[in-house]
Amino acid sequence: MGLLNKLDDPYYGGGIILGTLEDVLNWGRSKSDWYLQFGLACCAIEFMAVNASHFDFMRFGCIPRTSPRQADFMIVSGTVTMKMAERIKTLYEQMAEPRYVISMGSCANCGGPYWEHGYHVLKGVDRVIPVDVYVPGCPPRPEALEEGMIKLQKMINEQAIFNKRKRLREAEEKEKSVSDVVLSQN
Amino acid sequence: MGELKKVDFEYSQLNSERMRLNVGPQHPSTHGVLRLEVELDGEIVTEVVPHIGYLHRCFEKHCENMTYPQVIPYVDRMDYICSMNNELPYVMGVEKMLGIEVPEKVEYIRVIFSELNRIANHQIAIATFGLDAGAFTPFLYLFRDREFILTIFEKASGGRLLYNYFWVGGLAHDVHPTFKEDIRWIVKRVKETNKEIADLLLYNKIFIERTANVGILPADVAINYGCSGPVARGSGLPFDLRKDAPYSIYDRFDFNVVTGRGEVGTVGDCWDRNIVRFHEIEESCRIIEQALEQMPDEGDVREKLPKKIRPPQGEIYSKAENPKGELGFYIVSNGKDKPERVKGRGTSFVNLSVLPEISKGYLFADLIMILGSIDIVLGEVDR
Repeated sequence: MGLLNKLDDPYYGGGIILGTLEDVLNWGRSKSDWYLQFGLACCAIEFMAVNASHFDFMRFGCIPRTSPRQADFMIVSGTVTMKMAERIKTLYEQMAEPRYVISMGSCANCGGPYWEHGYHVLKGVDRVIPVDVYVPGCPPRPEALEEGMIKLQKMINEQAIFNKRKRLREAEEKEKSVSDVVLSQN
Repeated sequence: MGELKKVDFEYSQLNSERMRLNVGPQHPSTHGVLRLEVELDGEIVTEVVPHIGYLHRCFEKHCENMTYPQVIPYVDRMDYICSMNNELPYVMGVEKMLGIEVPEKVEYIRVIFSELNRIANHQIAIATFGLDAGAFTPFLYLFRDREFILTIFEKASGGRLLYNYFWVGGLAHDVHPTFKEDIRWIVKRVKETNKEIADLLLYNKIFIERTANVGILPADVAINYGCSGPVARGSGLPFDLRKDAPYSIYDRFDFNVVTGRGEVGTVGDCWDRNIVRFHEIEESCRIIEQALEQMPDEGDVREKLPKKIRPPQGEIYSKAENPKGELGFYIVSNGKDKPERVKGRGTSFVNLSVLPEISKGYLFADLIMILGSIDIVLGEVDR
């Protein structure tokens, strides 16, 4: 981590961190993510295995919460049916911002093996809620989910907290100008 | 100071208002996406209405559109905790329709893997039941062993949870070279853990207080509702398809059918259902040990079959003993390479139907224990 490396650096002196407040806050946020505990289908069993002895999800700072109000992110583990989709949307809306979603397994990503004939299966949970990290597999291995968790932590680390709207606008404008240049070139 | 007056009243005569409470589908102890509509009188449960369908994944629709071998992965996903056991009745049914017999070695490997998966399933059942009661340590102990079992499955089939390993006419491929040593090691390990679990959880005073005399299921009610598996055996019914209607090669092994005896409470309570699972792990270990000794080393693992499997016109009901009870598949063939219809008789669905009957009159906290002791998997309830 950038922050911890700075502590080791002799140039900065002992115990003094020079960095932005944003870095510190993001570092803290990414290392203590509480997740909403609920299982949907087969992936939930694999998710239980991640929580158990061999893989120990808690070392990522993830603590299960049963209420969406206390959760930072949710893991959609399994097939999302039409009947369940509205519940998942409600649960997502009940979570406090900033909130994140990990979509675990093929079913939650795109419908998986139920894609073609599953008349009651939602073809991907991203049709009802925004997804940050997709973990492929049917079901994904526990290591794959841990990789997804590291991806999410990296994402949180790079997130902007202050002057968010201004920065977003700037980024948009920059992108727009780039695309304008590209268009004019064509 | 006035004197206290003695008032005679019956609790049932109190005109209290009933409350309807919604449990689930997102609830940590409903074991999936089950929704329970509970009517409460104070804290006492007066009515339970299970609402299902939150995991309906269109099993029968898929079977109409898939060829016979393509159905096997969907069969896996019905009861995803014990996929090997799910594949067995389906594969046996199709083989019986085709009129083929699988090689000796295949039968033994099938039995060994089924029993190994039964152990894994019962370990999850006991672990999550302990979680419902608030015991987290046995969960970690049991999952530690389960991972080793899954490693063996992974070596043989490539999958940790869903295998697609039993194929029509044999197996997907042969087992790995260290198969026998691995299994001998894991059986030894499972037996050791079982002793620990008995001390940690099952004969724990707190656990007994919580589960004994709770959710009593009398034998006649169990028969009326069509219960099977540990739910029926916990009520003292020695009903086990491995003994009563031996399929595959189960008639060659010596094992006991474990039934509940009311050791710490009444016959058919939550504790009895759980101790049946606990002893069944030991019986499964016995079967595996016998099968390992009898198993031939040489031989093919696949019967020669045409590329497209077309069973003759007709229908069949093929059943086997799942860890949760009787799992059956009713297969109708019209002579083409796709089945006309495949209907699964889900054990969990039948066992769940007894919940409203046995949870009346208990406290709300006991309802969670009763649901945990039935051991349902929502994938099999909704299919």
